[in-house]
Parts: sequence; C-alpha cells; structure tokens
Amino acid sequence: MADPVVAIIGAGPAGVRAAAALVAAGVRPVVIDEAMRAGGQIYRRQPDGFTRSYTDLYGSEADRAKAVHDCFDALHGHVDYRPQTLAWNISDRRIFTAGPDGQQVLPFDALLLCTGATDRLMPVSGWHWAGCYSLGGAQIALKAQACAIGRRTVFMGSGPLLYLVAAQYAKAGAEVAAVLDTSSMSASVAALPRLLAQPATLRVGVGLLRDLRRAGVPIHRGITPVEIHGDADRGVSGVTVRTSRGDALTIDCDAAAMGHHLRPETQLAELAGCDFAFDAMVRQWLPVRDADGRSSQPGVYLAGDGARILGAVAAEAAGELAALTILADRGYRVSDTARQDARQAVARARRFAEGLARAYPWPHEQTSALGDATILCRCEAITVGDLRRTIAETGAEEANRAKAFSRIGMGRCQGRYCGLAAAELIAGAVGTPVEAVGRLRAAAPVKPIAIGSAGRCDR
Amino acid sequence: MTAPASSDVIIVGGGIMGSSAAFFLRRRGLSVTLLESDLIGRQASGTNFGNVRRQGRPLYQLALANRAIAIWREAEALLDCDVEYRQFGHMRVCYRTRPELAATMEQYAADARQSDLDLEMLSGNMLRTRFPFLGEEVLAASYSPLCGHANPRLVSPAFARAAQRLGAMVHERCAVTETAKMGDDFVVAAADGRQFRAPVLLITAGAWGDRFAAAFGEPLPLTSRAPNMCVTEPLPYALRPSVGVVTPDTEESVYIRQVERGNLVMGGSFYNPSYPDRYRVDVRPENSLSLWRQIQRLIPAVGRVSVIRTWSGIEGYLPDSAPVMGPSMTTSGLYYAFGFAGAGFQLGPGVGDTMAELIATGRTDIDLAPYRADRFSAG
Repeated sequence: MADPVVAIIGAGPAGVRAAAALVAAGVRPVVIDEAMRAGGQIYRRQPDGFTRSYTDLYGSEADRAKAVHDCFDALHGHVDYRPQTLAWNISDRRIFTAGPDGQQVLPFDALLLCTGATDRLMPVSGWHWAGCYSLGGAQIALKAQACAIGRRTVFMGSGPLLYLVAAQYAKAGAEVAAVLDTSSMSASVAALPRLLAQPATLRVGVGLLRDLRRAGVPIHRGITPVEIHGDADRGVSGVTVRTSRGDALTIDCDAAAMGHHLRPETQLAELAGCDFAFDAMVRQWLPVRDADGRSSQPGVYLAGDGARILGAVAAEAAGELAALTILADRGYRVSDTARQDARQAVARARRFAEGLARAYPWPHEQTSALGDATILCRCEAITVGDLRRTIAETGAEEANRAKAFSRIGMGRCQGRYCGLAAAELIAGAVGTPVEAVGRLRAAAPVKPIAIGSAGRCDR
Repeated sequence: MTAPASSDVIIVGGGIMGSSAAFFLRRRGLSVTLLESDLIGRQASGTNFGNVRRQGRPLYQLALANRAIAIWREAEALLDCDVEYRQFGHMRVCYRTRPELAATMEQYAADARQSDLDLEMLSGNMLRTRFPFLGEEVLAASYSPLCGHANPRLVSPAFARAAQRLGAMVHERCAVTETAKMGDDFVVAAADGRQFRAPVLLITAGAWGDRFAAAFGEPLPLTSRAPNMCVTEPLPYALRPSVGVVTPDTEESVYIRQVERGNLVMGGSFYNPSYPDRYRVDVRPENSLSLWRQIQRLIPAVGRVSVIRTWSGIEGYLPDSAPVMGPSMTTSGLYYAFGFAGAGFQLGPGVGDTMAELIATGRTDIDLAPYRADRFSAG
C-alpha cells in the first residue's frame, strides 16, 4: 500500500510539532506555508542577514522559539516542505496552491489545518489613518524587519498581545507613549483562578507589566477609545480615550497599534466543508472539532490558533495530538501516553483561554457607540452609518445579506478584519443576539491571488 | 388554524422575474403575494454577471429585451434605488482562430437593426484604437453602445421592496411545499404551515421551476448549471463596456466588466456542479483557473490583477436555452416564467412587466410562442 498523503497547512508551532510527530512515525508529510521560513507568526524568523539574538527577538519565549525552529530544521529531507506557498482553495479532497512553482494541485488522504490567527479588531474613529496598525502587524514589523511602526506609539485594545508588543517596543528602544487597555483591573482579578491553569504564562504576563512600569510607560485600564486623530497627509497624530473615571485623555503620537486578542483564520476549514458552531465565550464561530483534533469532515484535522485561540504552547501540543490522531485513524500504532499528555496540555490551555476571555473581554458593546462617520470596512471604505442605513432601508439582518447590500467585507480582506465588528453592529442595530446574524461565508481564494498565476493558454 | 391569506396573484420564487412581476402587478392594481424559499434575489438573480445585454439573443427575443431595457433606463426612478445600471455599452468579440464568427456577427448586426438594436462592427485599427486593452487574438467586435451592466445583488431586492411599498405581501424564507387548484383558486402551502390562496399562480422559481410545473402535469426537461464567477481587487476605472467572447466552445467563453467602484467582475469557462435540492454549488478551483487563463486571452493585462473572491449560482436550463414563459397548457390561471438559461438578468424587468400585462389583461404584444410549456412534449 502506498504511503498516505498527509498534508499540513501552516508551519507555526502546531504545524511544526505535527510534522515532527508524523516523521517520527515514518510518514513524510507535505508542509505548505505562506512564509519564507517556518515558525509561524509568533516565532517568525528574521530574514537572512539579520543577526539579532533569540533573546532579542523572542524575549521570554526565546527557548520555545529556538526549540520549534530546531525541531523543524531537523526534519529537513523528511518533509515535502513548500514555503512561500498559498493554499488558496480546498475542493474534493484536493489542495490548490500557488507558490514559486506556480499553481499546483495536491490530492490528500489526511489534511491538518494549522492556519493560525490574526488580530481581532474593534473599529474606532480614525483607525484608517496611515500609522494605525494591528498589534500583530506592529509586532511583525519589529520581529521580522527590526522596524517600529512609528517614533512614538500608542498601544490600545486588550489582551495579552497588547502588553507583549508594547513591552517589546519599549525594550527595543522605541518610545511607547501609553498602553490603553479597555479591560478593567477587576476583570483580571476575577479571571485569576482560570489563569492559574498556566502559571508560567501568567508569570510572563506579570513580568511584561513590570517591565513596562519600570520603563515609565503610562498604563490606563478600563478606557473607552474615542478617536485616533490624524489626516491624510501626515497620518496618525494622537489618540483620545475616555478614562475609567470618565475624563477625556489625549495622547500625542505618530502611530497606534490596536487589537483585542486574536481570531482564528478559519476560511480553509470552511472551504474544506467543516461544520462550525457559535462559541458564546469568545463570540465567534469556530470550526467544530473533537478533543483529539478531528473536524466534522472525515480526514480533515484542526490544530492551533487557527481552530481556537489557545496560544502557542497549546498549539505545539495540539499539533502533536492531531498528528497522532491522524496516525491512529490510519491504523498506525501510537503511544497512548503521548496522546494523553497532549490532551491534558490542551485542556489546561483551554482553561487558561477562558481566563483570558474574562480578563480581556471583547468590548462588543462599543459598536453601538460608534459614530456614523467611522469607517467600519477599511478595504471598501464603508462607514458605520452606511451599514446602519442599509439595515434600516433593506431589513438586512444577516451578515451575508448586509454584505451583499452594503459591500461590507467585500474587499481585499474579505471581512477577516471587519467581519466580527460588523456582526456586532448588525446585532446591536437589529436587536438580535450576534449568533443570529451569522457569519460571512468564506469564498476562495483565501487571500488575493494574481490571475496570471494560472498561467496563459498556449496557442 | 387561520384561514389562508388571499390575494389576486401568488408568485412562487423571488428572483428578478418574480419580484419585478410583483412590482408591475401592483402597478396594475392587482393584490400580490410573493413567496421566496430563501431570500429575495439570492440565487441566480443575485449571483449572475450583471450583463444588461441584448445582442447575441435570438432575434425573436429582441422585442422582449427592448421592453426590458426601457425599464432598466428608468429603474432608478422607478425603484427609488440606484441599482447601478450603467449604459456604457456591451461588446462581443471573436478570435482570429474563428474568423467565420466575424461574418456571423455581421449578419446578426444587419438582422438586429430591424429590431431596434444598433450594433457597430469594429476590427483592425479602429478596434485597437478604441479598445487598446484587447488581446492580439481578438479579430473583430460587435459593439452595442446602448446596453450596459448593473449590480445583480441590488436589483431583485429593490424590485421586491418597491412592490412592498405598493402593497405587495413579500414572504422570505417561505418554502412552498404544496400547490393545488381547488375550485377557482390555487391553494399554496408553505413548510411552516402557512397557507395562501389566489385565483392566479405565477411560477418564477428559476432552476426549481420544473417541480411546480410537474405538479400540474407539465413535466419539463429542466436542468441546472452554475457559472464560474470571480471579482478582482479595485483598479482605477477604465473599462466601461461589458465585454464577452463569442465562441461555440464553453471553455473559451468568458466575459468581463468593471464596476464603477473599480473591481473587475468576470465569469465563464466551464460550469460548476450544482445541487439545487441543497441550494449548493461547488465552485471548482480548476474552473477558476480555466477562467483566469482564458480571460488573459481577451485582456492580457489582467494577469497582473488579483482575484479576491469567487462564487457561483444556480441557473435553470431547458434544452433549447429558451425559457418557459406564458400560460400553463394544462391549468387555467397558472403561469410560468423560468428557465432563462443564464440569460435572464437583462430580460427580467421586461418579463415581470409582460407577465403582469398578460395576467391583468389576458394579452400581450410579446410573442410567447417560442416559450410555450408544451414545446418539449411528444407529438
């Protein structure tokens, strides 16, 4: 019998550990990744010729980053590694990719999706000015290119990335004008019992806070974003928020990084036909999977933050667990102990993630307070008022219907960055629970793809 | 149980045919109930290319197409909604590999003039100067300046809302499970238990139309197809007419237009498998790739542009690619307008107007003979 074709999409912590587990069992997986080098976003490697140390690049996570990189480097020759390759569609148990060798089609027996996450963003008036980045984008600029997004940056939003990126900027010598957190101190205290599920991660968080205070960075909690000031010529010039006491606070800056924790990149799971369910804790639709990483589609498995935001540590465990599940499902003998350990690590991370969701809640209620002139969909320049008017005039109460009538989520990002806020806004305007609004349907290609990538007709 | 809701006409199917028929029936004073199993204009009417094209249709269809285009030109005022109809022209081209099609287009242009469709034949330097973006393979073009394109996502819902403002009852997510004629009235039952009653029943259910006709003893050989569509990132607005390739070969039959927002919308090449029972289409990636290869023959520069979304929709086809349109041959008071073979968008408002006229007055100037429901019956 021929070896099964096992494909992994994404070479972050989940994909790398999965590939290692498969190789250990004698399987040669195909690893498809958009990046030039493996590591994912969190352990993204610097380009060739850059010489910063692991500690400079990854701080407290340097050892983990190095372990993941070394693990993947050791697989060289044992995996069919396809970097700089976009898996843009999945159809009929085939992956369609565009990469350095053009268009390719890969039929698979088993597919593990480790597609990672991007920032969850809450619009604010002025977030379209140049110099406004997501937290993840701000971090990538620093990690991959050794650049800051501005000379004087405000970090605004909530979630662990808020403090991590701000601390990384401070450490790199960039001026951090302020950290403005929408979540309250009392929410963090209430979440403590769950956060203790991963004490080491909690300690890292406390350490970041300490570093920021030592660097003299003002930290405000319980704020409400009001406006990012700026203009078309010079970009961002300042940020105004309302403090927890209700005062207006304006901070001058030339860049702003914002985000509210992360959201999974689930389009490929949807194109692969996986069922989704609404998760009330994070107010997102997530692909359904069992404790071992099986999706609802036979032969399609899910691991890492692309399925549910559990963090990089859990992603490593979930990647290994999903790989062992693939092997077990295909009749290979696998270690029960290894599977049990991985399951427990994922379960601990899940409890921790519940803590994070409580400590740094998604401030969905803010969408109702957004002014009509605020741009909601930056790709298509659709304002909050445009969407509200569309709902009032057409009765569109469902996400895809609102998209069809207003163009919200119809641009380059296909709603990946505005879709969650748009759904909250519709729910608020119509007076229905956000799950009744549904979610934007995923359509190929999952990212923009050049028509010429298909080649030309030979005639 | 409540008594069935009564009206003069029940329309089953809320695409462009049904919603425009509802609008024009209200304008003629008839009471209307429009039933849509999903959402108005969500299937073929909302997912098609958006061509408002007359040329290339059978000559006998041009009277209907002309009736439609008069409505398109008034649509914004009529519906109190900009449905993005832009009369920037429509062009058909043929390739050097099929020179015989240039003569066919020329003959068509001569014939169509008698049906008030003026077409300009272009080739050589004239064609290159006016449309410099066309590929080298393009040999000749037939240009219709008084056609254009519109936004399919907006049109049917705009008709339905306008009909509603005039008093039509519009029920979305109302799947019809049973239709029967009882005495002088049709009784229509929906999946949620609601009942509707009317002396006239109009079936405008697109690719799902045959199942309603079959219930009245008129089986029709309707099949479904799902065209291959995609849209690019926005570019500066430059391509005003809608452009399509004339060819007998499905693979190379592609078409493209640019919306004012700047995105290029394109479609064609091989069809996708469709599953009307599940309201589902598989957009096959290999078909997307085929479209992307073919469209570069038409306009080579688009190779550098990125596609941001692909989609499809379900269209109903009869063997002669003409619709069923007009009265039932078995049941009085029953009317059909479906199976427009992927070419119904432009006709839509004209079909709605014609069906309203036929139902309200018992007659119409539009020749409905080519569309008879019994044309596929033996003998």
